[in-house]
Amino acid sequence: MSKKDFPIFDKHPSLVFLDSASTSQKPRSVIDAELQFYNNDYANVHRGIYQLSENATAVFEETRRKAADFIHAEYAHEIIFTKGTTESINLVAQCFGCLQIKSGDEIILSAMEHHANIIPWQQLCERVGSTLKIISLNKSGELDLDAYEKLLTEKTKLVAVIHVSNVLGTINPIKKIIARAHAKNIPVLVDGAQAVGHLAIDVQDLDCDFYVFSAHKMYGPTGVGVLYGKTAHLDVMSPYQTGGNMIRRVTFEKTEFNVLPYKFEAGTPNIAGVIGFGAAIDYINQIGFEKIQSHDNKLLSYATSELEKISGLKIFGTSKNKSGVISFTVDCAHAHDIATILDQLHIAVRAGHHCAMPLMDYLNVPALTRVSFGIYNELSDIDKLILGLDKVRKIFT
Amino acid sequence: MSDLRELYQELIIDHGRHPRNLKRMDDASVSKEGFNPLCGDRLTLFLKIDNDKIIDASFEGNGCAISMASASLMTECLKGKTITETQKIFDAFHLLVTTGTEINMQLLGKLAVLKGVCEYPSRVKCATLAWHTMIEAVEK
Repeated sequence: MSKKDFPIFDKHPSLVFLDSASTSQKPRSVIDAELQFYNNDYANVHRGIYQLSENATAVFEETRRKAADFIHAEYAHEIIFTKGTTESINLVAQCFGCLQIKSGDEIILSAMEHHANIIPWQQLCERVGSTLKIISLNKSGELDLDAYEKLLTEKTKLVAVIHVSNVLGTINPIKKIIARAHAKNIPVLVDGAQAVGHLAIDVQDLDCDFYVFSAHKMYGPTGVGVLYGKTAHLDVMSPYQTGGNMIRRVTFEKTEFNVLPYKFEAGTPNIAGVIGFGAAIDYINQIGFEKIQSHDNKLLSYATSELEKISGLKIFGTSKNKSGVISFTVDCAHAHDIATILDQLHIAVRAGHHCAMPLMDYLNVPALTRVSFGIYNELSDIDKLILGLDKVRKIFT
Repeated sequence: MSDLRELYQELIIDHGRHPRNLKRMDDASVSKEGFNPLCGDRLTLFLKIDNDKIIDASFEGNGCAISMASASLMTECLKGKTITETQKIFDAFHLLVTTGTEINMQLLGKLAVLKGVCEYPSRVKCATLAWHTMIEAVEK
């Protein structure tokens, strides 16, 4: 669809990039936005009493507004710029978790969480003496909502759940999950790392308390992410890190913190990264989610039907509600051997535990091969993948 | 691009598919678990040592063809070797799979087949998992 927009394919014309769930390639407009900012417009934000700095601040804050619009947040100050999804979750676990979770309380996660949405909560539990409760999965790799309902008790103080699984591809019924938690006044954090860039997100419609994601999985730069939080929560949370920018007045005796969102943005931020992120949002908006989703679905259904023809190949995650992620095993070869052989044919896939070791244990597999799609993928990429898997079979049988 | 046949030689495919000495050893003098957090591969190595000499070696676990073949060939090679010799073999093997440099090849024997791994930096850890586990086991 848009391969020509991505310079990486000029440099590597034979590259078949099937690892967008790990990180996506960057369109020229994103690269140019950063380059142009450094070349022509660079200065610090929120500090300088000179034109360059004022311009940089304006573009930086415009991007915050753009990000708010992108996920339909009501206020720009509900968008906190972070390093990425991982930092966003850690921020909530530390600054909201300590207010919300006490000894004996329970936090609900799902069996398909990425390590980034497990360990911050596990650490919190160890600190305060709370417990993790895990929503189980059905055979198709979907959350068992009846099991979830049973886990929601008066002890539950938070639900943290992935929107789209980075392994199974399942698109979780987040709105339902949130509504059931809210019925018991339990706040919900949604890990949207795999969802943004693939699905239109409306945090007001979802009514989630926190929504977190990274720019680099949605055609933007690395090192930039977003924490969306409802104003009422962000207001009562203490700062995550302290230093410059996040203050209003400092004496050696006492510090008065800055207003939202700056309270959570200590130090000089990743200014160029944020500007590149803005260009990534523009890029996605230009294409539109209708086209993006139909492209995703076309690749997903073609790849699924072609892969299913391969004997000894088993797909993990067979929900009807799936994003462009397919994980599988092949009986004759280990995921790493498959990835090495495919790499020789310039096909980039992911192999291993996908930062979801508890899910691997749950599925009882040591490792999976994963292919995942971006807007630059074409049906011919799938054909090349299938030929590559033929070669794997030839080597191992 | 290197030729895949250099990496996946017949001996590796054979040992990968039918690893030798793949069994638990209940009367082992020492056992040690090895883990590669990058890929999740896990194995347990068992050694029976008598008078500073390895008289039996086996392992349990599962992983890619490279890690299975390496563990299989290593356990074959270790039998009858002294603890001092195992360090020498480790050094020779490590140098071979990380750089392709050949030293003490007579000690390595069939293990020379894993030389092709040096062309694939992301796979070196697969080939060396059993070996690092072995060195930790004999050091204890």
